[in-house]
Amino acid sequence: MESVLFYLFGGILVLSSAAVVTVRNPVYAVLFLVLAFFNMAGVWLLLEAEFLALVLVLVYVGAVMVLFLFVVMMLDINLDPLREGFVRYLPVGIVVALVILAELVVVVGGEHFGLQQIPAPAAHAADFSNTKELGRLLYTEYVYQFEIASVILLVAIIAAIVLTFRRRADSKYQDPDVQVSVQRADRIRIVKMAAEEKATLKGDGHS
Amino acid sequence: MIALSDCLILGAVLFCISMAGIFINRKNLIILLMAIELMLLAVNINFVAFSHFASEPAGQIFVFFVLTVAAAEAAIGLAILILLFRNRHTINVSHLDTLKG
Repeated sequence: MESVLFYLFGGILVLSSAAVVTVRNPVYAVLFLVLAFFNMAGVWLLLEAEFLALVLVLVYVGAVMVLFLFVVMMLDINLDPLREGFVRYLPVGIVVALVILAELVVVVGGEHFGLQQIPAPAAHAADFSNTKELGRLLYTEYVYQFEIASVILLVAIIAAIVLTFRRRADSKYQDPDVQVSVQRADRIRIVKMAAEEKATLKGDGHS
Repeated sequence: MIALSDCLILGAVLFCISMAGIFINRKNLIILLMAIELMLLAVNINFVAFSHFASEPAGQIFVFFVLTVAAAEAAIGLAILILLFRNRHTINVSHLDTLKG
C-alpha cells in the first residue's frame, strides 16, 4: 500500500514537472508546478515529515506559487520569441539530462541505498508529533540559524519592495524631515496694526 | 516498503528534468525561475529521505531553511523580473545584454 502510494505520487510528480518545462503557456506551467508541489507533499507525508509537507502546501502553494501566478498573469508577454530555440536545444537538453540521470542512478541506486543496506526505520507511534519534535529542535539547538532565516526573509521583503517601488510624479506626499524641523517663525507672522475706531450707528433704531 | 534508493532516484529524476528545462527554455525567464524551484524541491526530498531513514530530525530542519531561502529567492527574482519588464518591455534572456558579459 505504501509503495503503491509512493509510485502514484512520484509518477504524477515526474509527469507534472516534465509538463512545467515543456508547456507553452506560463500560466499552465505554474499550475503544473502547483500539482508537483502537492504530490511532493504527499511523498513527504509517506516519509513521516508531516510538518514539512503541510508547510510546503501552505507556504509554497499558498504564497510563492500564487505570487508566481500574479506575476505571470500581470505581464503581457509575447510568447513566440521566448519559444525560439526550444526545438534546437531539446536534443542536447535531453541527452545531458539522461547522462546525468544515469550517473546519479548508478551512485544512489538500490545497490548502495537499497532496503538490504539501509532498512526502513520502525514507524513512529500514533501519538508521535513531528511538529513538536521539530519545534523543540528549532528553538533550542538551531535557534541562531532560525533567527538568521528570519533576517533573510526580512531582507527579501525589503529588497522586493525597494526594487518594485515606483514614486509617481503626480502624487502628493509629506516630507517628515521638513515637518519636524519647522520653526515658530515659519508659521506665525506678527503684524502690528492700529486699532480701528468703533463705527457709530447711523440714526437710532428704537423710539 | 519504500527504499531509500527510491526517494533518491525520484530526486535525481526531478533534478534532471529541471536541468533539461533550463537547457530548453533558456529564453523565458519565468520558466527558468520555476525550474530553479523544481531543483530546490528535488534537493529537499534527499534531505527528507535521509532524515527519515537515519531517524534524525536535523535533516528536516535543513529543509526548513532551504524552503526559507527559496521563498526569499523567488520574491527577489520576481521583483527583478517585474523591474526588467517595466524597463525593457521584454523578459527574453537573450535581450538582457546591457552588461556586455
